[in-house]
Amino acid sequence: MAKITLSKLAHSYAPNPTAEPDYALKEMDHVWQDGGAYALLGSSGCGKTTLLNIISGIVRPSHGRVLFDDVDVTNQETAARNIAQVFQFPVVYDTMTVRENLSFPLRNRGMDAAYIAGRVNQIAQMIGMEQVLNRKARGLTADAKQKISLGRGMVREDVNAILFDEPLTVIDPHMKWELRTQLKQLHRQFGHTMIYVTHDQTEALTFADKVVVMYDGRVVQMGTPEELFETPAHTFVGYFIGSPGMNLLEASVIGSRAHLQGAEIALDAAYEPITGRTQIGIRPEYCTLTDGAGLPVTLRRVEDVGRHRIIRADLFGQPINIIAPEGMAIGADMTRVTFARGKVNVYADDWRIAGKAA
Amino acid sequence: MEKTQNNKAWFLVLPVLVIVAFSAVIPLMTVVNYSVNDTFGENEFFWNGLGWFEDMITSDRMHDALGRQVLFSAIILAIEVPLGIFIALNMPKKGFWASFCLVLMALPLLIPFNVVGTIWQIFGRVDIGLLGHGLAAIGIDYNYTSDALDAWITIIVMDVWHWTSLVALLCYAGLQSIPQAYYQAAKIDQASRWSVFRFIELPKMAGVLLIAVLLRFMDSFMIYTEPFVVTGGGPGNSTTFLSIDLVKMAVGQFDLGPAAAFSLMYFLVILLVSWVFYTVMTTIDKAETK
Repeated sequence: MAKITLSKLAHSYAPNPTAEPDYALKEMDHVWQDGGAYALLGSSGCGKTTLLNIISGIVRPSHGRVLFDDVDVTNQETAARNIAQVFQFPVVYDTMTVRENLSFPLRNRGMDAAYIAGRVNQIAQMIGMEQVLNRKARGLTADAKQKISLGRGMVREDVNAILFDEPLTVIDPHMKWELRTQLKQLHRQFGHTMIYVTHDQTEALTFADKVVVMYDGRVVQMGTPEELFETPAHTFVGYFIGSPGMNLLEASVIGSRAHLQGAEIALDAAYEPITGRTQIGIRPEYCTLTDGAGLPVTLRRVEDVGRHRIIRADLFGQPINIIAPEGMAIGADMTRVTFARGKVNVYADDWRIAGKAA
Repeated sequence: MEKTQNNKAWFLVLPVLVIVAFSAVIPLMTVVNYSVNDTFGENEFFWNGLGWFEDMITSDRMHDALGRQVLFSAIILAIEVPLGIFIALNMPKKGFWASFCLVLMALPLLIPFNVVGTIWQIFGRVDIGLLGHGLAAIGIDYNYTSDALDAWITIIVMDVWHWTSLVALLCYAGLQSIPQAYYQAAKIDQASRWSVFRFIELPKMAGVLLIAVLLRFMDSFMIYTEPFVVTGGGPGNSTTFLSIDLVKMAVGQFDLGPAAAFSLMYFLVILLVSWVFYTVMTTIDKAETK
C-alpha cells in the first residue's frame, strides 16, 4: 500500500514532442492518497489507459516522475513495482487450476508453502470460489475468470496498488453489479490503494471515493462524486457526468449578474471581468419549469425516463434540458424556467472560475 | 413450422463422389486386387489370398525398412518441433523484419521436393559441392555416398532445412494470437521466462502444434523424393525408407502382389498412428477443460 505521486508527469508517443498536441498526456502533478479508491473516468482516447500503464510500469513516461511513497519508481520494471493489475478481459492461466492460478504470484516470489495455502484459501473465500479451487481455470465463465484475475491481484498482501483497466467490460450486467459491490467491500476490508479506469460514470461514481476525470490527455478534475456534480471544474466534466449533462449557455457575466440576450440572471458570487468565451452552466436537476417567473423557453419534447421526465427545450435559441419530477403536470402555460440559487457555475474558455462572495 | 424432409440434396454430393472414386477409391481397390493375386505376366492373375500379406509381415527386408522409417520420423519430430517453436518464439512480432522473416521462412516450403533433393545432392558432393568440399577442406571425412552415418545426417539436415519452417510458421501464428495483456500479467506476477512459455505460450500453441506434429509425422513417414534423389536409398540399404523400398519392389522388381500388400499395410500404419496421435492429444485437451 502506498501513496502515489505523479510529479510533472507527461507522456508523448512521438520521439521529439514540441507542441502540446504531441502529448498523449499533458503535464500533471497529483498525489493519490494511500488506501484511496480512485476512478479514472473519461471517454475513449483521453489518455486514461496511458496513465494507468505509466503507473503500472508498462509504459515509461517521456517526462516527469512517478513516486510510490516518495520512492522514485519511474525507471522500475513492472515486476519491481509490486502492483497488481486486472485487465479489460480475464487473464488467467488456462492450464492451471484455480488454486494454482491464485498461488502463482506467491510461488514466483518463493513464499512459504504453508503461508501460500492459507492465503489462497482466504482469497478464495473472499471472491467466493472455494468450491472450484481444484478445477481447471479454462472451463470457467468470463466473470469467474475475472474474479480469478482479481483474486490474483489481491493475493499479495503487500501490493502498492491494484489497478483496474475497465475490468467489467466482458461481464454480464447483473454480474457487474455484484462484482462492483465485492470490489468495494474488498477495498473497505483491506484498504489497498485502488485505481479503476472506466468510461462508465455509474461505475466510477459508485466505486470511487475520488473520481479523476480526464479529457484530451489532461486531468480536468479530481474530486468526490458530489464535487463533480455540484461544481464541475471544466465544461467536459459537466457534460460527461450526469444524465443528461449540464446545460451550458453562452452568456456574458458582469459582476454578480449574467446576461443572456437581454435577460438577467442573478449569481451568488461576483466575478472579475472575464475575457474569452463565457458560458454559464446549470444542471438540469436545478432547473425548474414554471408558469410564472423566469426566462422564456420553447419546449421541444418531453422524455419519460421512469423516475422523472426530461424536458428538451430552447432558451433564446440555445438547447436546455430541464428535469421535472414524476407526476408534475406539464401544461401549455408552463413556458418559463427558473434556476436554483447558488447552482449556476461560470466558465471562461471551458474552465470554471470561482467568484468572490457577493 | 414443420421441417420438410428432403433427401434429394444428397444428389448434390454425387459429383464429388464420382471424382473421389476415380482419384482415390478405384486406384486403392486396384491395389487391393493386386495384393490378393499372383501373376506370371501376360495379364494372367491367380488367387493368392492373404499369402503376400503373410510374406510381407514376416519379411526381414520390410522390418528393416520400417525400423529405419520409424527412427527417421522420430528424429525429424524431435528436432523440428522444438526448433520450430524456438524459432517462432524468437521471430520479430511486427514491423519490416517480421515480414522479412516470414518470407524467408516460407522460401524452403516453396521449393519442389526433387529440387530440394538435387540442391542437397550437389551441395554435399565432395568434389564440387560447397558443403562436401568445405568439410573435406577442414579435414572432416565426409562422404554421403559411402558412409551410412553421413548419408543419414545429410538427409536429416536436409529435411530440417526444408520443413522446420512449417512448424515455425504454425507456431508463430499461434503466438501472434496471444493478447499483450497476458505478458503484462505474467510480468506483474513475476513469472519466469520458462513459466511464461509453459503456462501462456505453450497452451495457446497446443492446437497448431498438434497440426504441425501430425503433418510432419505423416510427411516424414511417407518421405520419398528427397532421399531418393540424394542417396537413392544407399549406401547399401542404409537410407532405404519404406516408400523407397516399395517403389523398388513395385517398379524395379515388378513384384506387384507383395508391393500391393505392403503398401496397404503401410497406409494402415500411417492411418493408425495419425488417429492415435489425434485422439490422445484431443483427449488431453478435453481432460484439461474439465
